[in-house]
Amino acid sequence: MQVKELLKNLSESAGVAGFEHGLHSSLRAAWEPLVHEMSTDVLGNFVAKRRGVGEEPRPSVMLAAHMDEVGMMVTKIDERGYIRFTQVGGIDPRILPGMEVTVHGRRQLAGIIGTKPPHLLSAGEEDKAPKMEELFIDVGLAQERLVDVVEIGDVITFQRDVTELANDFLAGKSFDDRAGVAVIHSCLQWLEKLCITADVYAVATVQEEIGLKGATVSTYGLEPDIGIAIDVCHGDGPGQPEDLVSELGKGPVITMGPNIAPRVYELLEQAAKDAGIEVQVDVAPAQTGTDAWAMQISRHGVPTGLVSVPLRYMHTSVETLHLDDVEKAGKLLAFFIAAVNRGFVEGLVWS
Amino acid sequence: MKDLVKKLVESYGPAGDEGPVRQMIEEEIKELADEVRVDALGNLIARKKGNGKGKKVMLAAHMDEIGIIVTSIDDKGFLRFAPVGGWSPPTLLGKRVIFANGTSGVIHTEHLDDIKELKVTKLFIDIGASDKATASENVGIGDMAVFYGPLFDMGERWVAKAMDDRIGCVVLIETLRQLGACDHDVYFVFTVQEEVGLRGARTAAYGVDPEIGIACDVTRVGDTPKSHIMEVSLGGGAAIKVKDSSLICHPALRKHLVEIAKENKIPYQLEVLERGGTDAAAMQLSRAGIIAGVISVPCRYIHSPSEMVDAGDVKACVDLLVQSLKGSMVLQ
Amino acid sequence: MVLKMLSEAPGVAGHEQAVRAIIRAEIEGLVDVIESDTIGNMIAIKNPDAPGPKIMFAAHMDEVGMIITGFERSGFLRFRKAGGIDDRVLLSKTVRVGKEQLPGVIGSKPIHLQEPRERQHPVRMRDMYIDIGAKNKEDAQKRVKLGDVVVFDTQYSEFGDGFVKGKAMDDRVGCAVLISLLKEQTSLPIYACFTVQEEIGLRGSAIAAHRVHPDMGVALEGTVSNELAEVEPEFHVTNLGAGPALTVMDAATIPNRKMLKELIRLAEHSELPYQFRRTTGGGTDAGRMSLAHTGVPTVGVSVPCRYIHAPVSVACQDDFKNTVKLLSLFLKSIEGGFRP
Repeated sequence: MQVKELLKNLSESAGVAGFEHGLHSSLRAAWEPLVHEMSTDVLGNFVAKRRGVGEEPRPSVMLAAHMDEVGMMVTKIDERGYIRFTQVGGIDPRILPGMEVTVHGRRQLAGIIGTKPPHLLSAGEEDKAPKMEELFIDVGLAQERLVDVVEIGDVITFQRDVTELANDFLAGKSFDDRAGVAVIHSCLQWLEKLCITADVYAVATVQEEIGLKGATVSTYGLEPDIGIAIDVCHGDGPGQPEDLVSELGKGPVITMGPNIAPRVYELLEQAAKDAGIEVQVDVAPAQTGTDAWAMQISRHGVPTGLVSVPLRYMHTSVETLHLDDVEKAGKLLAFFIAAVNRGFVEGLVWS
Repeated sequence: MKDLVKKLVESYGPAGDEGPVRQMIEEEIKELADEVRVDALGNLIARKKGNGKGKKVMLAAHMDEIGIIVTSIDDKGFLRFAPVGGWSPPTLLGKRVIFANGTSGVIHTEHLDDIKELKVTKLFIDIGASDKATASENVGIGDMAVFYGPLFDMGERWVAKAMDDRIGCVVLIETLRQLGACDHDVYFVFTVQEEVGLRGARTAAYGVDPEIGIACDVTRVGDTPKSHIMEVSLGGGAAIKVKDSSLICHPALRKHLVEIAKENKIPYQLEVLERGGTDAAAMQLSRAGIIAGVISVPCRYIHSPSEMVDAGDVKACVDLLVQSLKGSMVLQ
Repeated sequence: MVLKMLSEAPGVAGHEQAVRAIIRAEIEGLVDVIESDTIGNMIAIKNPDAPGPKIMFAAHMDEVGMIITGFERSGFLRFRKAGGIDDRVLLSKTVRVGKEQLPGVIGSKPIHLQEPRERQHPVRMRDMYIDIGAKNKEDAQKRVKLGDVVVFDTQYSEFGDGFVKGKAMDDRVGCAVLISLLKEQTSLPIYACFTVQEEIGLRGSAIAAHRVHPDMGVALEGTVSNELAEVEPEFHVTNLGAGPALTVMDAATIPNRKMLKELIRLAEHSELPYQFRRTTGGGTDAGRMSLAHTGVPTVGVSVPCRYIHAPVSVACQDDFKNTVKLLSLFLKSIEGGFRP
């Protein structure tokens, strides 16, 4: 399957943190030809294993990209059939007025986050940011009929198909971090063409947006020698601090800082050279806010790296990326994995 | 059951100093369980052995309550303090507190021009001492105190301090009493230090290593005048949690609990709690992950000296837990 | 003087090598084994095969500092903080940048050029830059790499009446206490963990505690003091010269009460001064130790320091000595049969 096809497919599917099971079948279909084993754990992490060549014990590399997305959840259905809701993960309420959504009840319902017409706004009202508890969803059903379909705790996603912009830019929801899952897909395709000694665990993790939970338990379970998180990072745009953003279309970003084992970073740099890929560098002074943060302190410690795809408008329904960055990140990871051997793993002291 | 509730809510057990309430619970359960032990952090772990056909299940209710800790004593014998667990300063003004050794005190504030200035650093405790030396005979830095107050019995509704989460402890004890023979290996864990970060549940879950974890704790309600939006009401039955700010409950376990409630005609309501966390979050992340969920007792005025629960809701929680454990616990 | 060397060495989280090298040189010969792990913790073990409770001491090697995140066209360096620093202490300080310890200064727009309104507000870190005297961006990039770390440029020295001043007393003073403690005779299995990345979330100790799996834990810290002008005594938190500070509760842990009581008993019995750390804010490696595996009885013992997380902090030499004495009494008490 093409990387773009999988990314589009995943982006347009629903998988709010804690409710990612709907994505398993797409992943199973896409990765079946590329790996040897597939399983899910109790939290719903999707784990695919690709065995390396050569004798055991082989070094192991865990790739983690989170498949959960930020979304919303039903808290109340009022007498007039309006749905009140809360967030799952971080959503800026200011993006919500006028948004089309899908309510995942007994069946899927199309919904609209309603707004007051500008004609009726009182003086000064338009200067106020809306609060989530003031917003509501209209699904066009009266309360009596609605309660048969929707109950407290049902999840809600943005309704948004992927939009293809000019020059291979794509916009859509939940590229954070389905783009990372697509990177792993690209990597698995590249691994077919290379000679790999290491065992690779390709993990689509869950519940990252609400506390790195999937990575916490899956890293504990898999006990890898090396962990690489693949996530998105802030892309450039007008008015942003230059040292905190990366350019779209200029290649994947590798992160350095205390969350990242220096030797893993160096090997990523080397792998980029071997693969002929330009990379951008990001410095994280403390926590990275990614699965790498959880992986690093699992059990006796896991040397960890972080590869990111630059993304504009994070946590909105129009997250924008450049497809090249996704594909190049996949190639970079494959060349990294090709360079991992027993000797490298045994020499993984901090610095 | 009411006597047990009264006994537990009136006992002393702030986070980190749960000794007195632990002893009381241990007395209640030692004849009912097959094994009872206390771990390094002070969790009380009682096991009811299964017959080898079922699952390993951990139930958790926290023994600790919110309180205060003394940080200094001034020359006139007034105590300054810090919170143990989360509460807001206005809740404390004018309240009575009691220390482990029985010393009592009242909380008041420095002079304020505006009540909005009320912060914990403005508050002090007066234990009726005339100077530092007299105060120090009764209380030392690092000593903790809890709200003082007897149970109000309003018939079907009960009010007291520390319903959070002694009422959960009561649900576990009653469940242990009523359960009888069951397939599952069930660990009834009375945890410590929940109020300061779900700490006891974390180490207990690591030690027990269960397949399924269910916490029993209180939850907020949305049925008081001009309350925040929330569908849970007092008297509406056992609350089966979907989400709070610490976790999303395992959907299959949540659905299983709903099915059990429906089959047994136990009143229940679904709960989405926007602020607050439970021991289930710590259990969920233990080792390589466990299936975790929560049965909540609806409770008004949480983290105040007057937390209110409904006797019918408490019974519904016990029934739901007992019926769940009697079943197969095979989750779809 | 080991504390001088430790204080002046750079060691921002993730870059603790220089501190580790100093400590290693000091403790070789005092311990049986020195292990390290993949995140950079150094675990020095005395009597690894001895019976008796395994005791883990944790002192962190890292300090708060800054990290280079970008270059201006003109050659100025952009930076971010690594660990908790109040923006207001940064202006007009000298710093050392990178492995080569290049000198630099932290500047911003001169006050003459600021609007009166601007002067009312603290200058934010994002409006400051580090000047190393580079001619332009290319020149700066020849001297400094992205991700290089930055520490305050502070000389350690004795100060006033029995005090010392220097940077990074939090927690080099804890490291120094632990080094002194390793000089004591003991038959117990001691795991002295010099940890990393404490300041950015108790990272190293999470791993070390899991690995060591001790029976008891003691965190050694240089802790906060609030005995400042205009602060009333009941809010001093700790006082310099009043002895080791015992933690009663902080944001990451509540100590084991039996161990705490034993420390108090030992201090009183030997007429050593001690005090409580009279706040519940802040977290230390004790938090990670106490939650390792099925839980570990843990306490926190600290040397009080004024002005921590700032360019210069101050500690009292007597507090240091008394902390070492109290801990060595504690070890004897464990040898004599004390158990939590």
